[in-house]
Amino acid sequence: MFDFVSFIPRAIMQGVPLLYGSTGETLTEKSGNLNLGIPGIMYVGAISGVIGAFFYEQSAGSNMNGFLAVAIPLCCCLLGSLLMGLLYCFLTVSLRANQNVTGLAITTFGVGFGNFFGGSLIKLSGSQVPAIVLSGTAGYFRKTLPFASGTGAVGKLFFSYGFLAYLAVIIALIASHILKRTRVGLHLRAVGESPTTADAAGINVARYKYVATCTGSMIAGLGGLYYIMDYTSGIWSSDAFGDRGWLAIALVIFTIWRPNVGVLASFLFGGLYILHMYIPSGMNLAVKELYKMLPYVVTIIVLVLSSMRNKRENQPPASLGLAYFREER
Amino acid sequence: MNKTHTPLFHVSKRGALPWYRSWGIRGAAVILALLVCALITNLVTGEDPVQVYKTIFQGSFGSARRAWVLFQNLAILLCVSLAITPAFRMRCWNLGGDGQMLMGGLATAACMILLGGKLPNWALILLMIVASVIAGAVWAAIPAIFKAKWNTNETLFTLMMNYIATQLVAYYIIIWEVPKGAGKIGIINQSSQAGWLPTIGSYKYLLNIIVVAVICVAMYIYLNYSKHGYEIAVVGESERTARYVGIKVERVIVRTMLLSGAICGVAGMLLVGGTEHTLTTTITASRGFTAVMVSWLAKFNPIWMVLTSFLLVFLERGAGQIATNFGLSASFADILTGIILFFIIGSEFFINYKINFRHAAGKEE
Repeated sequence: MFDFVSFIPRAIMQGVPLLYGSTGETLTEKSGNLNLGIPGIMYVGAISGVIGAFFYEQSAGSNMNGFLAVAIPLCCCLLGSLLMGLLYCFLTVSLRANQNVTGLAITTFGVGFGNFFGGSLIKLSGSQVPAIVLSGTAGYFRKTLPFASGTGAVGKLFFSYGFLAYLAVIIALIASHILKRTRVGLHLRAVGESPTTADAAGINVARYKYVATCTGSMIAGLGGLYYIMDYTSGIWSSDAFGDRGWLAIALVIFTIWRPNVGVLASFLFGGLYILHMYIPSGMNLAVKELYKMLPYVVTIIVLVLSSMRNKRENQPPASLGLAYFREER
Repeated sequence: MNKTHTPLFHVSKRGALPWYRSWGIRGAAVILALLVCALITNLVTGEDPVQVYKTIFQGSFGSARRAWVLFQNLAILLCVSLAITPAFRMRCWNLGGDGQMLMGGLATAACMILLGGKLPNWALILLMIVASVIAGAVWAAIPAIFKAKWNTNETLFTLMMNYIATQLVAYYIIIWEVPKGAGKIGIINQSSQAGWLPTIGSYKYLLNIIVVAVICVAMYIYLNYSKHGYEIAVVGESERTARYVGIKVERVIVRTMLLSGAICGVAGMLLVGGTEHTLTTTITASRGFTAVMVSWLAKFNPIWMVLTSFLLVFLERGAGQIATNFGLSASFADILTGIILFFIIGSEFFINYKINFRHAAGKEE
C-alpha cells in the first residue's frame, strides 16, 4: 500500500521552497518583470542566511538565544535577496536592460555566489566533510508546535512542520488577496498588463515595478532559507539546492499566476518531485529518471492548454518581459 | 520663478550612435568591470591586481594545451550562440539551447554506442551528423509549432524542454552505463574509436574550430544577405508588418527554430563525438544560457559574437586558474562573469539613451 502518511509531509516539505519561489515570482511577473534570476536569488537568500547563522553560532557558542538564532539568519536572508532584487530592478527598470539576459546573469552570479561563499565557510569551519552543519540554528527553525508529536497521523500531516512552512502558506494567501482584492493589486496588475495605460492613470510605474520585484525576491529568498534550515536540517553543501528555482518558475505558469492555487500546486509539485522514491520500480533505476520529468511535462501541458483556450484571465501579463519607456509609443 | 517641479534629469532616446562610440562605451564598461573584478579578487586572495591579471592570462594562454582548450570552449559556445541567434533576431527567445544540445549529444551517443563497429566509420559519422541535427531540430520545433499556432510563450516552453532533455539523458545514461551500476557511460568506444570525429594532424580540437568558423560565416551571410534573413528581421521588428507584406509568419517561426535547434544539435555532436566522447547530463555546462548573453551582447551579429564569446570564455578559464592557484571554489569564475555581465548590461543604457540634466535642458529651451 502506498504510504500516504510519510509521503504527504515529505511532499509538502519539498513544496514549500517552490511555494516561496513561485509566490515571489508571481508578484514580480504581475508587474511585467520576468525575473529569470529567481534560481540565483534563492541561492543568495540561502547562503546569506547560512552566513548569518554560521557567525552567530560561532560567537554564541553553547548559550544560543532562540530569538536571535532565528532573527539573524532571517534578516541576513531578506537583506541578501533584497540586494539582488534591487540589482535586477536597477538594471531592468532604471536602465531598461533586457530582462532575459539580466535574469540569466543574476542566476549565474547568484549560484556562483552561493557556492563560493559556501565553499569558503566550509574551509573556515575546517570540517572534514564538504558541508556546513548548522544543527543548532536548524533546531530553532524546525521547532514544531508542542502538542504536535502526540496527535498521531493528523499531527504528522498538519503540525509537523517548522514555522517557515506555515509562513509560506500565509504569504501566498496574503499575496493572492492583495493581487485580487485591493487597489494596490489592481494598480500592480495594470502595470504588468499595460504600463502605458497605468502611467496615464497616474500610477508610478517604476515604483510599482521596484516594490513588487524586490518583495518578490525577498519572498523567493526565504524559500532558499527554508530549504537549508528546515528541509536539510541546517546542512549546506554545494549545489544542494539544485534546479528548484526553475521548478518554481514552472510553478508560476502551472498556477496561471495565482498564488492561492500555488499552495496546493506546490505540494503537488513537491510530490511529483519525490514520487520516484515511492514508486516500486524494482531494480530498474532508469525509470526513476523518467519520473523526475513529470513536473516539467505537467507544466508544459498547462502552458499549452492555457494558450490554446486563450481565456483572457489565464494569460501571462501582457507586457511581461518588456521594459517600459514613457517616451516610446 | 518657475513653480513647476522639474526632475533632476530627464532621459531621452538616442539616435543611432556611430559604431566606434557605442563600442567605446562597451569597452569602457568591460575595463571598469575588470577593475572591479581585480579589486574583489584582491580582497578575497590578497594578491595584488597586476598579479591577478597575470594569473587570468596564464589560465587562458599559459601553455599550448590551455590555449587549445580555450579555443575549443570558445568554438562550442560560439556554435550555440550562433544557433540561437536567428531565433533571437525574430524576438523568439529560445532559452532551450541546453536541451537541444543535449538531444544532439544523445543522438550522437546513441549512434556511437548502438552502431559502433557495425558500420564503416564514414557512414557512422554521417549518420551521427544527420541524427544529431534531427534530434536538435525536433526539440526546438515542438515549442516553435505551439508558438506559431497558439502563441504559446516560447521562453518558458523552451526552458522546460531543457529539463525534460536532461532527464531523458539521465535515463539513457543508466541504460547504457558501463560498468553496470556506475551511473555513468565513460568513454564510448575507447578501443575502436568508432564514431570519433577525425582529428586534423595532431590537433585534437582543430576540426571543431574549423566547423564552427564555417558555421559562423555562413550564419552571417544567411542573416544579412539572404531572403530568409530578411524575413526574420521583418518578423522581429513587427509581426503585423510581416503579415501585411505577405510573409507567412508561422512558417518563418517554425523554420527559424528548426534551424536554431539543428545547429544546437551539431554543437552537441561536436561535444560528444569530437572532444568528450562521453555523455553526461551536465556536458553542456549551461552553455545554452551563456549563449543567450553572448548573442545579446554582440547585438545578434555573428562576427561580433566571436569577440563576446571569447571574452566570456577567457574570463571563465582565467578565473578558474585563480581559483585553483589560491585554493578557492571554482564558482569564483561565475561571480566574476556575473559582475562583468552586469556592467555590460548596464552600459547598453548609455548607448540607447541620453541623460539630460536639468540645467542643460534649461539652456536648450
